[in-house]
Parts: sequence; C-alpha cells; structure tokens
Amino acid sequence: MPSPKNPYGIETLAVHAGASPDPTTGARTTPLYQTTSYVFEDADQASSLFNLQSYGYVYTRIGNPTVSVLEERIAALEGGRGAIATASGHAAQMLAMFTLLSPGDEFVAARRLYGGSITQFTRTFRKFGWNCVLVDPDDLEALRAAVGPKCKAIFVESPANPGGAIVDLEPVADIAHDAGVPLIVDSTMATPCLCRPLEWGADLVVHSTTKFLSGHGNALGGILVDSGRFDWSATDRFPSLSQPEAAYHGLRFQETFGDLALTVHGHAVGLRDLGAAMAPMNAFLTITGCETLPLRMERHVQNAQAVAEFLERHPSVSRVSYAGLPSSPYYERARKYMPKGAGAVFTFGVRGGYEAGLKVVEACEILSHLANIGDTRSLILHPASTTHRQLTEEQQIAAGAGPDVIRLSVGIESVDDIIRDLDQALAAAAS
Amino acid sequence: MLHHSYSDAYIRDILRSVRTIAMVGASPHWNRPSYFVMKYLQAKGFTVIPVNPVAAGQEILGEQTYATLAEVPGKVDMVDIFRNSEAAGPITDEAIEKAARVVWMQIGVRNDAAAARAEEAGLKVVMNRCPKIEYARLSGELGWSGANSGVISSRRRRIG
Repeated sequence: MPSPKNPYGIETLAVHAGASPDPTTGARTTPLYQTTSYVFEDADQASSLFNLQSYGYVYTRIGNPTVSVLEERIAALEGGRGAIATASGHAAQMLAMFTLLSPGDEFVAARRLYGGSITQFTRTFRKFGWNCVLVDPDDLEALRAAVGPKCKAIFVESPANPGGAIVDLEPVADIAHDAGVPLIVDSTMATPCLCRPLEWGADLVVHSTTKFLSGHGNALGGILVDSGRFDWSATDRFPSLSQPEAAYHGLRFQETFGDLALTVHGHAVGLRDLGAAMAPMNAFLTITGCETLPLRMERHVQNAQAVAEFLERHPSVSRVSYAGLPSSPYYERARKYMPKGAGAVFTFGVRGGYEAGLKVVEACEILSHLANIGDTRSLILHPASTTHRQLTEEQQIAAGAGPDVIRLSVGIESVDDIIRDLDQALAAAAS
Repeated sequence: MLHHSYSDAYIRDILRSVRTIAMVGASPHWNRPSYFVMKYLQAKGFTVIPVNPVAAGQEILGEQTYATLAEVPGKVDMVDIFRNSEAAGPITDEAIEKAARVVWMQIGVRNDAAAARAEEAGLKVVMNRCPKIEYARLSGELGWSGANSGVISSRRRRIG
C-alpha cells in the first residue's frame, strides 16, 4: 500500500527498495561485496565512522553494502524505519532480546511458537538471566495479567508454526502499549505480502529470511525490523537505547539517532558484540529472492488453498488446520489480518496415527521430506517422528504436533502434481 | 504549509541551495548530537558556524563560536536550531532579522507560530527533522545503516 514514506506498490518495493545502480560502474543488480573490510579515506574519516558520526563501512560484522540493501528492502516492505540483518532467525530473536532485556528481566511470549523458538526462549535465554513467560495469545486477560514490572516485551508468532493459528494483533498490541512495552511479531510464515504487523500496532518484526523471503531454500538468514515508533526514553526500562552507552563515549542512542535508535544500536552494539552478522552471499541470494516475493506468495497461497481443500475432502484425513478454510476457528481472523491468503504452511491429521504419518512422508516423490518451510519446493514433515520426537505425546499434542500430524509447506509446483503426490502417499499409508 | 510532512523535492531544494549554516545550540562536546550533525554537514561541503553563548569564543571543529546569531559575520543561508521548541521562537525572529533564507528546527523541535512568522517573511521552514539524516537519506547514505530511506531510484546517482 502506498504510504507517505513509501509511495510505491509492494511489487515495486520488492524489486527496487534499497537498491540503485552502482555509482562507480553502473552495474544494475546489487553487487556481492564479498569483503570483510573497507579502506578508510584517512584517519579522520575512520574515527568519524567509529564514532558513528558519519555513514560508511568499517567491518562486515557490523555492516556490509550488500547486506544494507537487504535491510532497506525488508524495512521498506514492512513499512518500517530500519532493519538489522542477522545470520539466522534465531540470531534476530537473540538480537532483539539483547537490545531490550537485562539480566533479571522478563518477556511474555505466545505459547504457540516454532519449537526452536520455545527452546531458545525457555532454555537458552535463561543463561542470560532472561525469563520467558508463556501464555495463550487468544486469552487476552491472561496475557494482560502476565505482563509484570520486569517485562520488557511481548512476543508472538503469526501465523504460528505448525498449524497456522493467527494472532489477534490489534488488541495484543494495545496490551503491550498499555504496559509500556513493545510488541514483537515473528512474521516468517506471513511475509509482508500477506500481513504487515507494523500496520496493526506491532513495534518490531522478526523474520527467518531463510524461509519465504529468500524463498529458494538456499540462504540462511534472519532480520529484525523496527517501526521507529516506540519511545524508548519514556521510562527507564530500556537503558541500552535511552541511557549513555559507555562503548560510544556516553551517547544516548535515542537522543542521538531518534527513530533510528534501535537500527543503529543493532549494528553498532548488537552485531558488533554478538557477531551474528548475515553473510554477504546470503544477503545477495535473499535480495534476488525478494524480487519475486509478491509473485511467489500469490502462487504459494493459491496452491495451499487448493491442497488444503483437497485434503479436507480426503477419506484418510481426519482434519486440516488451515486458516484459509471456513472450518478453521481462525478463518475470520485470517480474513481481517491476511486478506490475500492465510499463508502456505499448515497441518493435517492422518487416520492411522503415528505409523500412517510416517508412511505418508516417506512415500512422497515430489514433496521433500525435510525440516524447513517457505521454499519453492513443497515440503512435508512428520514432527512426531523427527523434530518433536523427544517430547512426550502430551507435549507433542500441546505443540500442535501430535503423533498423527503432518506439516506441509506448499510450494509453487503445478498444483495438480502436488495433489497427485499427496494422494498416492495417503493411499500408500492406508494400504 | 502544514509541516506534517515534506516532499523530497522541498528538502532537496533547500539542501542544494544552502552554503552557510548557523547552528544555534552547537555543542563543543564531541559526543553530543549537534557535534555529529556539524561534523557531517562540514564533510558534505557546508560551512557551519556554531552559535552558543556558553561556548562563545571557543573553536568548534575549526570554526569560531559566537554568542548570538546577530554576531555571526557575513551571510547566513540557513539557521539550524538545536534548542527546545520554546527557544525556537526568538531564534526564528533573529533568523528573520539576519535575512536567512531557511529556518530548520531539529528533531523534536516544533514551533508553529515561529514557522508562520518565518514563512510570512519569505523564509522556508523545516521542523522536526535533522539535516544530517535528510542529506543521508536523499543521497543514499542512510541506507548504508540499514534504514528505509523511502527513496527509489534507477538513476546512476552520485553519492554525497
């Protein structure tokens, strides 16, 4: 949607935002700056860069010209003020919490998350003294009650892995803002083509760019996008952005950089000290992938809808969890937040339980049996025998990954071929 | 002019037409925002004259600091205000007196009455913006820090 800041359509932004012809050579596509470091003009310019007084590059861990293009590309697509690209989606989450939390702090997260996020939040983050409180995001009262004085953020994923549940972003954003904390949304399964959380009141968006944004299953990466709207200095809860930073001689990030505070801090402190920079090559591939994002998402959701409808009619399928189907409890919510489509990742239950689930994934010829989502290729996974194998059946069911559950990430192949492959795999499992 | 948003063309015209900037509220301390802005604008070829009664007589980034805008010798094209919104009022009046062509108020600084007086006197006004950020945004440099410049161009443009 055109806006004062970006008066261009999303298809134009996907191709052009952040990029322009190379001034030196005229090269049209974004060059791959496969370099670790950059020559200074002179000592004065060098110190100016180190002091954050001028723009430029010092070391690829902090910033790289190819990566910058991707950052602006995705910031523009999301309607944000700025972005920090990282080595992976997990690294983007780490960066967000590192910026906002200190040891002893808390954040509230939705219970329905990608399993890897749950492990990172509830186990690994403890080592930094960060406590994660899990709540059902559909229970707004419980959510409100869970936000205590030490809470520094609310984190949700929409649509959520694996079943594609949609979060009611507007009231959740209100709860966050009433409590004086930012709302962070993992929008990996949506992409800005289907949903722009910042337009619904979210303050920060994270993506695993590995998935739909790069779209081709060839480049690991993550990104943290900032709306630039949150006032970090309204209270003393966000000292890294509102208080003097010793590493930069006492400057206060929000005072000095205004609505670019988190973006600059994310590079100058976050990437610098955590080191989770995105590789220039991965940014290059992701930029290319982004150019076709609107086209791909259109085909992804078209195919996913057809596949979901086929499965819902199939005698071997007990249920389908896809918000694009009227049978889904999230159907109306999806029409509000994602009118162009409820994404391309969903789950279904296969009759015959665990054994049948295993047989289906192993019988596919065109769908790839692997742990990933958001590829041009259709992907299939039986969580109970792979990613969620270590959990008890109870835990698996709570995660939406019970023994009979199969997760699909529908690709952009000919839809008839995808359906035919699933049909024969379901037949093989039933025999 | 309503001053809620400025077109890129309006900002670009101002930055291209200005040579000498008087920065009211300039700080001699090298880690303060005003110092950052002064250094950046100097690097881009602008002459920036610091105005600050507290630092009067001191040299900031090679320039003599004056106590008031009136004391600045020679022509001043633009007055860049690094003071609060209330102080921006009298400073704007001094800018009009000085026959400046532009009054530019920094981020968080907004004084509609002062803006109206300046425009009445034929000056251009920019409020709640930073000339360093705007220059960087329009020249492409801001994108180097991961920021959304809002600029799309397929022209082979010069940096800086």
